[in-house]
Amino acid sequence: MQYLALIYAEDGAGPNPGDPEFADYMQGYMTATKTYQDAGIMLGGEALEGVETATCVRVRGGKTETMDGPFAETKERLGGYYLLDCRDLDQAIEMASLIPTAQHGTVELRPIMHIEFPDQ
Amino acid sequence: MKTAPDLSAEITRLMRNDRGRLMAALIRSLGSFDLAEDALQDATEKALIHWSRSGLPDNPQAWLLQVGRRAAIDRIRKNQRHTRAAPEITRLMKEDEEAQGKAAPEIPDDRLRLIFTCCHPALEEKTRVALTLRTVCGLTTREVARAFLDKDVAMGQRLSRAKAKIAAAGIPFSVPERADWDQRLNSVLRVIYLIFNEGWTAGSGDEPIRIQLCDEAIWLARLMTTLAPEEPEIEGLLALMLLNHARRSARFDGEAGFVPLDRQDRALWDQTLIDEGLALLDLAVARRLPGPFQIQAAISALHIQADREDDIDWPQILLLYDRLLHLAPSPVVALNRAVALAETGKLARARQDLSALAASLEHYQPFHAANAELARRAGDRDAACAAYERAIALSRNDAEQDWLRRQRAAL
Repeated sequence: MQYLALIYAEDGAGPNPGDPEFADYMQGYMTATKTYQDAGIMLGGEALEGVETATCVRVRGGKTETMDGPFAETKERLGGYYLLDCRDLDQAIEMASLIPTAQHGTVELRPIMHIEFPDQ
Repeated sequence: MKTAPDLSAEITRLMRNDRGRLMAALIRSLGSFDLAEDALQDATEKALIHWSRSGLPDNPQAWLLQVGRRAAIDRIRKNQRHTRAAPEITRLMKEDEEAQGKAAPEIPDDRLRLIFTCCHPALEEKTRVALTLRTVCGLTTREVARAFLDKDVAMGQRLSRAKAKIAAAGIPFSVPERADWDQRLNSVLRVIYLIFNEGWTAGSGDEPIRIQLCDEAIWLARLMTTLAPEEPEIEGLLALMLLNHARRSARFDGEAGFVPLDRQDRALWDQTLIDEGLALLDLAVARRLPGPFQIQAAISALHIQADREDDIDWPQILLLYDRLLHLAPSPVVALNRAVALAETGKLARARQDLSALAASLEHYQPFHAANAELARRAGDRDAACAAYERAIALSRNDAEQDWLRRQRAAL
């Protein structure tokens, strides 16, 4: 099964560049990524630029509306993701617990929905 | 041959006793919680028709399992588009053939997987409890709803959502690995203890099913001791529940209603349950892996083993609460520790500890009852009165409310 691990944290909650813990924090990400790759379950994963760079798009009545800012104003912000192919939720939980941000933020696991298109 | 009402009673009894085992076997073979439940339902309906004609089969469980598996094949055929389902159907038919070849097909006991699935931490706690009662204990949806004082429809929806999540989120039908074992076992034990406590707080005027929850919890814990033997925390939980349950009939008396532990008639305690609980606790402690349930059982044991209320070894109980607070810190444990501290003579310190808990236990009836009692002992009549008021307002149990009112009136 495929799971999207959405990585949320409050701004400034974790180590920032320049903090002594920052190197360990980044190393944690490299270790996690390598673990996923070695296990053959890594389908993708990236870090996102900050919410101040976010743009929202809506189409209403045929018109495209563009707005500055994130979709929802929440304290915990989406900062990155992994797409993992796991045996089941237990493996997904085990893998998600390797994400360093889980130590101060939250990782939300969402199963990928399988949509079956009719045969052409 | 059995007549229809007899038969339907027989089927009800079968579903009560064997539902967990049959569901577990079907889920294992079908790979789907939902499909297994539908298949078992189909099989039950067929049983009512067939058994009224040809009598009860030699092995009704095996009959239900086989008919259930075939019903599932029919359902897969109907619901899925032909080609995709073919390998699945072939596999199930082969399984079916193999089962038929055996003289006395044995139903594998996969209930441990089932229990771990129902108590998976990815499900909301109330859902874990409901799903366990429905699936493992074989209560009907309606009974589970009554146990929770919920509407049937709401409970039905909760159970459906749970099954949908198990399938969609990929919650596995498996026993957790060693690394996760302690944490996952703890989730199972919590569910069992929650079921027990729901039954424990039920009043005499409540639905019988609520009172019966204590028996369900004890049954589940007994089952766990056979499915996962030599686990001291399972034994500790079972001991704890047996020791509490032994005092059940002494908690209420006809005239005065609720009777608190320290005023109970010890002659009313069930000695058989007490002996079993104490023996289990000894067995658990000998494994030298202490845990919160063993400690709570040990505290219960100290209360019970004292010949009279005055002989209770409070310093020892206080030590046990200290350990419990260290292993599993919670405001409720801190409350019980404060009460034990007061019993060792340190009333002022105990009252200080209590007031520090006021914010976190504001809506917890026993906090206010304890607060009232300690205020009374300290001669603080106003504080006692106010705390009794609060406790009465929070109590959900008639007999207990009466008792609290009488305490307040006696100030």
